[in-house]
Amino acid sequence: MTISAKLNKVLHYFKGVDKTASNKLAKERLQIIIAHERNKKGKPDYLVSLQKELIDVIAKYVNINKDDVCVDLDRQDGCSILELNVTLPNAVEVSN
Amino acid sequence: MTKTIVVTSGKGGVGKTTTSASIAVGLACRGFKTAVLDFDIGLRNLDLIMGCERRVVYDFVNVIREEASLNQALIRDKHVKDLYILPASQTRDKDALTLEGVGKILEELSKTFDYIVCDSPAGIERGAHLAMYYADKAVIVTNPEVSSVRDSDRILGLLASKTKRAEEGADPISEHLLITRYSPNRVQRGDMLSLEDINDILSVPLLGVIPESQSVLRASNSGDPVIMDAESDAGQAYSDAVARLLGEEVAMRFVSKEKNNWLKRIFRIKEEIA
Repeated sequence: MTISAKLNKVLHYFKGVDKTASNKLAKERLQIIIAHERNKKGKPDYLVSLQKELIDVIAKYVNINKDDVCVDLDRQDGCSILELNVTLPNAVEVSN
Repeated sequence: MTKTIVVTSGKGGVGKTTTSASIAVGLACRGFKTAVLDFDIGLRNLDLIMGCERRVVYDFVNVIREEASLNQALIRDKHVKDLYILPASQTRDKDALTLEGVGKILEELSKTFDYIVCDSPAGIERGAHLAMYYADKAVIVTNPEVSSVRDSDRILGLLASKTKRAEEGADPISEHLLITRYSPNRVQRGDMLSLEDINDILSVPLLGVIPESQSVLRASNSGDPVIMDAESDAGQAYSDAVARLLGEEVAMRFVSKEKNNWLKRIFRIKEEIA
């Protein structure tokens, strides 16, 4: 162990709680990944490919970015709702 | 009414078997007729923790395949009366357990037992699924550590969707969080997730906190569940957890930092050396 590492350890011992405490980092990382995983839970696997194909179809007619299309599946009172949210560009040019 | 309790976690090595053994002993000590079942087919260990490894003749799979009766397979515990152990088999065939087979065994047990404790294997495969499928209550064992907390969240999702109660739309399984290997000193130093942190993430009612303790290894060495070591912090914490499982209100112990007591420290060092 280098001298600076030893010094850090001693400092760490005396400092008590510090802002860069590793448990704060652990909590933040867990909150993000678990929120992400809960969001995915119970959703069918085809959602990703459905989203991709919908984007392709819409992009044929409208000039959109792939981030402008959001596909979501919600369950409420025993019925499933497929939500399709497309943000169109400001000036929609109808391409004929 | 018989209550079936699953002890589960997702992650391995967090203390499921230690917890199953201690909860089962704790319930039996209070006069409830209790059976504890090892679902870890191929890797049985509950027998070692309960100290009955040399008395195993028939196992879970023998009963399912009707090669032995349930009464022949159940091992009477040597510590407490009213406690019986059903060991897992050491066969590598994990498909030996079936949903119907497990259901039949639990049904037969519920004729005579008050509590059935199901010790789940790690992972989310068949054994873990079957251990939780018929449960009324779940004890989720979690270490204050990122991978364990994440896996516990996965298990909570499965408890809410892949169990009999969930499938039949009955009242959901009641969930109880048990935090093991907790070290208030390390939490204070900022090196370990705190109870509050874990609660913020999982939001499951806390059943108990088992402190990191030398007594747990000692207990497994001797084959006497740690709850029987009434002198030890971990043993007392398990007794508290059993009381809470039965609906009693008991204040949490061993959750705040020890005072920097030099005398105490010296005694602890002495104990560690001894």
